[in-house]
Amino acid sequence: MKMTKLSALAMTTALIAPAAFAEDMANEMTLVSWGGAYQSSQDKAYVQPYVANNPGVKAVWDESSAEAVAKLRAMNEAGNVTWDLVDVVASDAMRLCDEGLAEEINHDEDLAAAPDGTSASDDFGDLLVSDCFVPQIVYSTTFGYRTDLVGAEAPTTVCDIFDLAKFPGKRSLQKRPIDNMEWALYCDGVAKDEIYDVLGTDEGVTRALNKLDTIKDSVVWWSAGAETPQLLADGEVVMGSTFNGRLFSAIAEQNQPIGMLWDMQSFDLDGWIVPAGLPADRKARAMDFLRFATDTQRLADQAAYISYGPARASSAPLVGKHAELGIEMAPHMPTDPANAGNVHTYDYEWWADNRDDIDAKFQAWLVK
Amino acid sequence: MSDTTQNGPMLAADGTPLKRSLAKALRMQKIRALMLIAPLLLFILVTFILPVGDMLFRSVDNRIVQDVLPRTVVALESWDASSSELPDEAVFAALAVDLKAAAELKVHTKVAKRLNYENPGLSSVFRKSGRKVRKWDVENEGPYKERLIDLHDGWGDIELWRTIKTYSGTRTMGYFLNAVDLKLGAEGVEVRPDTERIYNTMLIRTMRMSLIITFSCIMLGYPIAWLLANISNRNANLLLILVLLPFWTSLLVRTSSWKILLQQQGVINDMLVWIGLVGDDNRLVLINNELGTIIAMTHILLPFMILPMYSVMQTIQPSYLRAAKSLGATNWTAFWRVYFPQTVPGIGAGSILVFILAVGYYITPALVGGTKGTFISNLIAYHISTSGNWGLGAALGAILLAVVLVLYWVYDKIVGIDNVKLG
Repeated sequence: MKMTKLSALAMTTALIAPAAFAEDMANEMTLVSWGGAYQSSQDKAYVQPYVANNPGVKAVWDESSAEAVAKLRAMNEAGNVTWDLVDVVASDAMRLCDEGLAEEINHDEDLAAAPDGTSASDDFGDLLVSDCFVPQIVYSTTFGYRTDLVGAEAPTTVCDIFDLAKFPGKRSLQKRPIDNMEWALYCDGVAKDEIYDVLGTDEGVTRALNKLDTIKDSVVWWSAGAETPQLLADGEVVMGSTFNGRLFSAIAEQNQPIGMLWDMQSFDLDGWIVPAGLPADRKARAMDFLRFATDTQRLADQAAYISYGPARASSAPLVGKHAELGIEMAPHMPTDPANAGNVHTYDYEWWADNRDDIDAKFQAWLVK
Repeated sequence: MSDTTQNGPMLAADGTPLKRSLAKALRMQKIRALMLIAPLLLFILVTFILPVGDMLFRSVDNRIVQDVLPRTVVALESWDASSSELPDEAVFAALAVDLKAAAELKVHTKVAKRLNYENPGLSSVFRKSGRKVRKWDVENEGPYKERLIDLHDGWGDIELWRTIKTYSGTRTMGYFLNAVDLKLGAEGVEVRPDTERIYNTMLIRTMRMSLIITFSCIMLGYPIAWLLANISNRNANLLLILVLLPFWTSLLVRTSSWKILLQQQGVINDMLVWIGLVGDDNRLVLINNELGTIIAMTHILLPFMILPMYSVMQTIQPSYLRAAKSLGATNWTAFWRVYFPQTVPGIGAGSILVFILAVGYYITPALVGGTKGTFISNLIAYHISTSGNWGLGAALGAILLAVVLVLYWVYDKIVGIDNVKLG
């Protein structure tokens, strides 16, 4: 009881303080996100309450996150940035930050502290992978399989993906080297902590591609997150990788006969960046919204609409039930201890340096 | 009468010389014509020619290296790239100054990205060092050679310096070479390793599949166009609507419908299994390969073939065929010797339209092509919107444009562009 009062107090102060400067803020903001269930969870958890607290403010959505880097680059060159807050994955945030296209954020000053007073930077911890990035969620790329098509025994490790004898049929993989190369090496016997050392050599890349070669004829490659759930539902593939939230909605919301394979799931982050070079009034509005939308309660609220883990440590205990289905959300989070037994942590920096090189080899391998 | 017999220039009614008066009138006419098309001309210039030109320019633009590392580039001039010794202290000092200035403006990552295309791994050397060098007092703290190599051993790698020197010009052929699977090493142009060769394969595949698609469109479209031109007007209108209906439907809807029809658990396979033509565990692979792209694109581009053929066939007099037959030609001879040659301009127009549209397609191949049925335009889209390598994307685009223009020229030589009719 005391706790809720305290957080209510913290919230009201957080709301009153910016209200004093309301005249200096723009009344319209353009938020960029991914569309679909994810964007709607953001709309319900962040935007609707914010607009309710700040009457007169209008939020417009733009579903362009997939091309955010290219578009921001073009906007920056044209000197006309029309976005106020952009939702991107961590690796894109790092690229934008490196290129000076995203504003640097002082996490402790610009963001709300946790209800118990922990500073924002401690609350987010290791997830603050870039100076420009405010993470919202932890999601994972992992596998789903058709419970009725895989046979009597369900797959238990990621290496079952490479086992055509035990699990015949097609599988879907994302059309990019990230994750696939790591899984291939792992299943070829490389120890988890040596994966990037091996992948850094030409022999390592060849080794990973050779492993992928063993299933190449049985792979359907996807580029949009919605494809794997659709392919699984149609029975076109028996197993496939995608974002865990997509599988959750296929299983829990659409009752598809799909099972989750969490082994070696690949964690990634998604969050906000503020484009560099905004006029003062628009930037003030964006920062004000950012402070509100990334506080402990808001991040926990979002988890009621989609099965992605909140990025703040202090939000985890507040995660409750699904807003419409009424099921407990915690067991569906990628960060849940039962699911996170064996995870793969993808190395942003390594990929930032080697992406172009590995991409060229991967694309050449694909068309062979 | 006496006025006209004068030797002076012929005068107009207002007394000015006729020649000048005529030129003035013509000039007025020209200006008026220009004014009339000015909005369109301006529109095309601003929204088409300038952006396309700007994009094409990126394929050779390499100013970034000189912009960000001006002192280093100058200092490197005296260094011999083929020597096995690292550049001297002066170059390292110049680099430290450049790097500090660049890191403060956050542009060091741009040059890192550019050079990383040519020498992977270089990006991290710049990024990691930039963060530290930012805090150095570059005026007074020397010597830099050891300090920089201490900071990141990448600076002690001679290949890095060769890359910077090779790519220090304001123009580069690097992107174009990459686009044809070559690269510029320290000793000149070399072929990329087998594991990285991709663009030539893709270009040839794009051309080959576009030709197949064009040919399928001719084979499927010709009978329909003939039917359209030879049945009663009322029926022709009905048939024409059937041809145009898919034309008016969204491209994405049509492509997605093909997905539903062609996939292994899809409508066509279900039907074949039900009839018993193929076994349930032996379903045909009709999608996510070349076949899928060819089927879907032939369908999507078919109206572009039928319409020009139809409008040409409409103008062919039926009396020619009757005359041929009355002179003793068989049905086949009459068609092949008399009717078909007259339809060639329609086939030509349709083929050019379909082929040029096909080589630039990317949505349909991306959705139904899998890995074996994608086009070079998919790679261009990938470089523009995902990998961020605009220079390479622009070079690939320029090559595609050049290839289409060459083919157009060849077509003009063989068939003759005057023979193309849209109706």
